Amino acid sequence: MSLTNKEVQHVARLARLAILPPEIAEATGTLGRVLDYINLLNELDTEHVLPTTHVVPLLTTWREDRVEPSLPPQVAVQNGPEVLSQMFVVPKILDGGAG
Amino acid sequence: MSAAYEVVIGLEVHVELKTATKLFCGCANAFGQEPNTETCPVCLGMPGVLPVLNGEAVSLAARAALALHCEIHSYSKFDRKQYFYPDLPKAYQISQYDQPLAENGYVEIGFGEGKRKIGIERIHLEEDAGKLNHIGNRLGDATGSLVDLNRAGVPLIEIVSRPQMHSPEEARQYLTELKTILSYLDISDLRMEEGSMRCDANISLKPSDYTGSLFDLPRVEIKNVNSFRNVQRGIEYEIGRQKERLAQGLAIVRETRGFDDASGTTYSQRSKEEANDYRYFPEPDLPPLVLSEEWLAKQQHMMPELPDSLRAGLLQRGVAERDVQVLVQDPDLYRYWQQAVAEFSDVRQVTNWILSDYSRLMNAHSLSFAAPTVTAKALASLLRLIESGTLSGKMAKEVLEAMFESGETPQAVVKRLGLIQITDQDAIRDIVSSVVMANPAVVKDFLGGKDKALAFLVGQVMKQTKGQAKPDLVNDLLREVIATYA
Amino acid sequence: MAIIDWDAYDTAQKVQSGEVSALECVDAALERIASWDSVIGAFLHVDAEGAREKARIMDSTMTREAKAALPLAGVPVAIKDNMVTTDMPTTAASQILKGFRSPYNATVVERLVRAGAILVGKTNLDEFAMGSSTEHSAYKVTRNPWDTERVPGGSSGGSAAAVAARMVPFALGSDTGGSIRLPASYCGVLGIKPTYGRVSRYGLIAYASSLDQIGPLTRSVRDAAKILHIIAGKDPRDATSIDASSVSSEVGPVQIQNVRIGLPEEYFGDGMDSRVRDKIDNVLEQLRSMGARLVPISLPHTRYAIATYYLIAPAEASSNLSRYDGVRYGQRVVGQDLVSMYESTRAKGFGHEVKHRILLGTHALSAGYYDAYYLKAQKVRTLIRQDFENAFKQVDLIVTPTVPDLPFKLGEREQDPLQMYLTDIFTVTTNLAGIPGLSQPIGLADGLPVGLQWMGPPLAEDLILSAAGRLESALTLPQWPMLGGLDR
Ligand SMILES: [Mg+2]
Ligand SMILES: [Zn+2]
Repeated sequence: MSLTNKEVQHVARLARLAILPPEIAEATGTLGRVLDYINLLNELDTEHVLPTTHVVPLLTTWREDRVEPSLPPQVAVQNGPEVLSQMFVVPKILDGGAG
Repeated sequence: MSAAYEVVIGLEVHVELKTATKLFCGCANAFGQEPNTETCPVCLGMPGVLPVLNGEAVSLAARAALALHCEIHSYSKFDRKQYFYPDLPKAYQISQYDQPLAENGYVEIGFGEGKRKIGIERIHLEEDAGKLNHIGNRLGDATGSLVDLNRAGVPLIEIVSRPQMHSPEEARQYLTELKTILSYLDISDLRMEEGSMRCDANISLKPSDYTGSLFDLPRVEIKNVNSFRNVQRGIEYEIGRQKERLAQGLAIVRETRGFDDASGTTYSQRSKEEANDYRYFPEPDLPPLVLSEEWLAKQQHMMPELPDSLRAGLLQRGVAERDVQVLVQDPDLYRYWQQAVAEFSDVRQVTNWILSDYSRLMNAHSLSFAAPTVTAKALASLLRLIESGTLSGKMAKEVLEAMFESGETPQAVVKRLGLIQITDQDAIRDIVSSVVMANPAVVKDFLGGKDKALAFLVGQVMKQTKGQAKPDLVNDLLREVIATYA
Repeated sequence: MAIIDWDAYDTAQKVQSGEVSALECVDAALERIASWDSVIGAFLHVDAEGAREKARIMDSTMTREAKAALPLAGVPVAIKDNMVTTDMPTTAASQILKGFRSPYNATVVERLVRAGAILVGKTNLDEFAMGSSTEHSAYKVTRNPWDTERVPGGSSGGSAAAVAARMVPFALGSDTGGSIRLPASYCGVLGIKPTYGRVSRYGLIAYASSLDQIGPLTRSVRDAAKILHIIAGKDPRDATSIDASSVSSEVGPVQIQNVRIGLPEEYFGDGMDSRVRDKIDNVLEQLRSMGARLVPISLPHTRYAIATYYLIAPAEASSNLSRYDGVRYGQRVVGQDLVSMYESTRAKGFGHEVKHRILLGTHALSAGYYDAYYLKAQKVRTLIRQDFENAFKQVDLIVTPTVPDLPFKLGEREQDPLQMYLTDIFTVTTNLAGIPGLSQPIGLADGLPVGLQWMGPPLAEDLILSAAGRLESALTLPQWPMLGGLDR
């Protein structure tokens, strides 16, 4: 198998998805089969092939540094599940974050 | 047990660029606004939005790269750095990973013989995150946090040094010089207290017999320290802490630590288990950044004169080495000096007055030379009054203080306080004669060889003229009058 | 012919000439939706009142000249619910966006509205456009109007079904690996995936950013050309959009004798349903008799396309879907602390298939696997692109079946995602290569539609549309589906 339960658990943590043991087993099986299929790519020697990051050759485009109106603040937060003083509320943060 | 270690320090400096708008949207890049008033679908990370690069940010970043002697790549690209945090709306930061805008530069620290280069590994462009306000102040005991995304998407450059500093003092020097250079470019507010300049320090101790790669040494990162002094303090503390652990036979844990201002100590923020896997991959929404020769030439043209060259120029004009350092460090101060020298060409006088008396006044009131209360022109005319003998040095200091308080011209102050120095020989001679006649015993002492006696007589004359007589003139006249008596 | 039988072209013309009012057109569409959508399930939201109001305003305030200046005057349109709209909710068929109201409109929506189209509703899709059957919507299943026991294809199944069931003359879909062309083929309508960058993606909820394109689903070639012309073009809000406004709104004549059509051997091998193969063979014969030169070609890396796609698309998706974190919009599951809020919100808000793709994509990008998976796939993508570049040195266009089989039964492929993934085998290659692809209905087999796929070099939409137009006029196409046997 190209995937283990532990790896699925690790990836679920990275992706911030709560996952229960039966789901882990199921995902490991299903995704393992998909990865087995994907291993087909190993038939190809791609050592000297450049990756395609953008499919059409695009030119650098940039915009002028001109201010455009922002959203009215009440609109900016109108979809917020919990809002206080025009800010989005999040629960207690236990780890220090990243970046 | 060997305890010989070399301290190895590398610094990552984030600098917010002073553009009108954010890096990928048209929202204003403005500090201190009401929460979430400078936001739009793009910087809120709404479904369906796409980033569009701000050309001015690239231009400012390129100028920083040029000033720091970096090689600017004509081809660079953007990548997504992925992690979840409430201040990061898309849960990825658009940054540059393996092909940054610029690489291989340096900053020179020290002076004269002690000058040395600290390498810059890379400079890349990226977007800033928003701000969290913790309910209950500190993250540790907060019950929740409030997310303000005004800062989300503000353009940043990250300047990564090579691990080539070996003491907290060198780190401070590097930061100071970096800030000086950037301040002449005028690309950022560079305010650490507002977060427009932020510094992370990586510290490791290298055993003297270690031959492996620096990268493999256990390294501690101190994040987001809010002043140069605290960077220095944090590093000092960290060196001590690490040495102590090693002395106790304990390992150094690779981790991120915060700095506590009050106690001057660092504390663990995130341990190795939480090691990040940022899953960088090329940003599909942005084409690669390709810069033409012409564009680069244009940036080169926009470069101002930089500190190194300014310092050389000042030395050539006879400004003392120490003064040169101080003058160049603050572009506003330097500009002020330039204006003053243009008005009054005695470089020594101008430099002395600016760096001693005027700077003292400015510092005492925490004022910046960006908005001097005494214009360079006014200072120059004050110096002209000294030169013409109208004011003594002592009087001039008084006048400067009054100018500083009221914003008047020196002439107006002199007039208001009646501070004209009496240079009329005849007027002073009369007073001198009366003083000599009134103090025969003192005159006798003087003639008997007591030099101090003359000082007493000078004092008497000054008293009667309310200090307005020119002291050296009083001196000369006293000797002259006494001689005629003798 | 009733109003609902008209294509967008005719509808606009009749509104412009005053033969019918915009309101009559909108009413006809709404009536049709009201009668049949409980069976088909094409729509997630219908804004009947809003649409009528807009039609009334158009009728009462616009002069005939002003209407004549609008190429889509009074034409009702449905939009796949992964394109954001201010006037209606946008959910991407996901629980996590339940209740979300976008503060801005997608560029394509703006362009259609500016052209006079009237938005009547948002159509169903596989959640976040991940699927080939429109069974993976968090809200409902869409059924194929030709046989309601079968899937309409996906992920733009709602849009395809709405057009096939004559609820709207045309609709917008999005195509990441075949999501316009597959449902177009299964529902017997026409669908085009433009060259990557031709149509702005601003406002399209991203699935896989380097593959996604928006395109129209229509009932005629001329409509496809007209709509594409309206929505295409450089958008200052999409840095990957290209300036190539050369798609003509009229389908020009093409000398089919001068067109060299490539038939890739890899697309005509085993595994194709014989009924599909017969239909395709007939059409190829027809093309040949019209004078087209059919040239056997090879696209040797075709067999790697699905594997490549199922690394690139989930990887980009895992990143694009990270923003659904319960902080700024959408559903939130309350948690003790931030991480548990994140984890339960996303676990509850995303459906099974979406979660699988997020896990797969996260794995493909994670430390230690990037080179073996994501980077490898990007390199194979280069090989697939080169296949096409080489092929287009020999031929002008390529023709293949759109799908190797006929619409399958609801639930039939639920158990085996890999089999479901293989449905896209003939369509993913154009997304990987960034080239245009069009699926055109060519008739029925056992009462179910069969589609023919045209592919061309980048920006060759004009040529594709012209060729498809020639073929369209030569074919005798079937009547519209008789919904439930009760229709008309
Ligand atoms: Mg950074
Ligand atoms: Zn913004």
